[in-house]
Amino acid sequence: MENTRPKRVDIIFLMEGIDPIKVVENAMKKSPDEIILDMIDSGLKGRGGAGFPTGLKWKFTRNEDSYDKYVICNADEGEPGTFKDREILDRVPEKVFAGLAICGYTIGAREGFIYLRGEYNFLLPVLNQKLDVFNAGMKKIGLDFAIQMRSGSGAYICGEESALFESMEGKRGEPRNKPPYPTVAGYLGKPTAINNVETLVYAFMIARIGAEKFKEMGTKDSRGSKVFSISGDTPKAGISELELGMSVQQFVDEFGDGDTKAVQVGGASGGCVPRKMFKETIIGYEGIPTGGSMMLFNSSRSMYNVLHDYLEFFTEESCGQCTPCRVGCQQLLKGIEAVKRGEKNPAYLDDLKKLAKTMKVAAKCGLGQSVANPFISIVSNFKEEIIY
Amino acid sequence: MADVQQIIKDVTGIYGKERKALMPILQAVVKTKNYLDDQDLIAVAKALDLSAAEVFGTASFYTFLDTVPRGKNVIRVCKTISCHMAGKDAIIHAIEDTLKVKTGETSVDKKFTLLSANCLGWCHKGPVMLINDQVYPELNAEKAIEILQKYQEED
Repeated sequence: MENTRPKRVDIIFLMEGIDPIKVVENAMKKSPDEIILDMIDSGLKGRGGAGFPTGLKWKFTRNEDSYDKYVICNADEGEPGTFKDREILDRVPEKVFAGLAICGYTIGAREGFIYLRGEYNFLLPVLNQKLDVFNAGMKKIGLDFAIQMRSGSGAYICGEESALFESMEGKRGEPRNKPPYPTVAGYLGKPTAINNVETLVYAFMIARIGAEKFKEMGTKDSRGSKVFSISGDTPKAGISELELGMSVQQFVDEFGDGDTKAVQVGGASGGCVPRKMFKETIIGYEGIPTGGSMMLFNSSRSMYNVLHDYLEFFTEESCGQCTPCRVGCQQLLKGIEAVKRGEKNPAYLDDLKKLAKTMKVAAKCGLGQSVANPFISIVSNFKEEIIY
Repeated sequence: MADVQQIIKDVTGIYGKERKALMPILQAVVKTKNYLDDQDLIAVAKALDLSAAEVFGTASFYTFLDTVPRGKNVIRVCKTISCHMAGKDAIIHAIEDTLKVKTGETSVDKKFTLLSANCLGWCHKGPVMLINDQVYPELNAEKAIEILQKYQEED
């Protein structure tokens, strides 16, 4: 694997010869339990970043005893550096719809929703039009299931699943305490299976051709392929679907500009991998997991500016509900500014790292918990750039 | 006021009068008049039988649900890292010079409000801006000004 190039894959955007409604109809020939077994067997993990096994999520939701259940597509793609979900919804929306319908059939939901971030509202007219056709198609094949669109209004935190439910319920997008998990009490307090856009398309593919083809790709811990959003200092910015299991080095050899000094894997909330760790770091659940955001930085970039940007982002996007995140983000930002100006001595960075670690433990949701990822990885590996 | 009542009527016709209709109503009002004033929030609260404070609490949480007056066209320039590296500062300066406003302000003729925004999801094609719902990727200063002129020529 050491010197091979990342393997390109064409699953997500492939549309030729595929009739999504027909795929749903064929999936319905299997029992929900059989579909769940296929999903579990495939090893598919959520592609939004958290990586929860999709088959289990569907199973837990199916097992709940409730007349009302929901399936939601999380299209509140807000992670800096990520734009794959927009591309998928723009190019192959019917595959996402069909993924939702298959999930709906499996768990026993009659209503599905796509929660689209407000920044992508320009997609709405076309999506609504295509949904009308799709919903009519569901009627025709005898599946009691319909999908509606919902819009966000510019809040990163609403990508957090429980904040998304709150938003759909007409409330502030403040994350809930867990448990209960969405599979037990999600939207309107009912069992809800919430999946990322890309996950639904892979689930669709598994329903269409079985788990084997998916399992053939990737590694033991990271099955299948993944759509990467590639930006920053690269001549090949854009979307690439790649097999999981490559090292950062292999990725940089393919996508770097020859002068890459660091790669931010997983967006602002992910970790920063410095050049000296490219070879040993695997992109996947056994190494550094990612929702697909890959930002490359070459040696002309100041990692202080990069970290400053991220911290400004989190300070603005923190919902303000819990103290560790609300105050922690502000203090980390003020802290590195003070060190830069020379008002605090460099040892203060160690105090800030302790604060970041505390946030990881004490913050209520993934936003506050993950600020430590970029903070500690950038401060530890690029200390000189932060200080001077 | 009258048209806000009409919007509430239209949207509750589709989504019902429960609280889950709140976001679609607020979004529809903002789409029409670009911001929510106190009277709008009170009218929405009455229609859904909620307290005005609850409605204000929801509206004020969301960046796109403005509760202060905005111009006819709201410009949001992405400021997050990839767009930053691709030169968003030059875009913002060009727009500020053209409209004679600073970021956060509304032009004297009330045609434009200039804002910066967190990641808009076009990192491979930055710098990027939204004008209302419309997206403009791969900008440079000249292109940004040309686009503004088109909006300026509209009534």
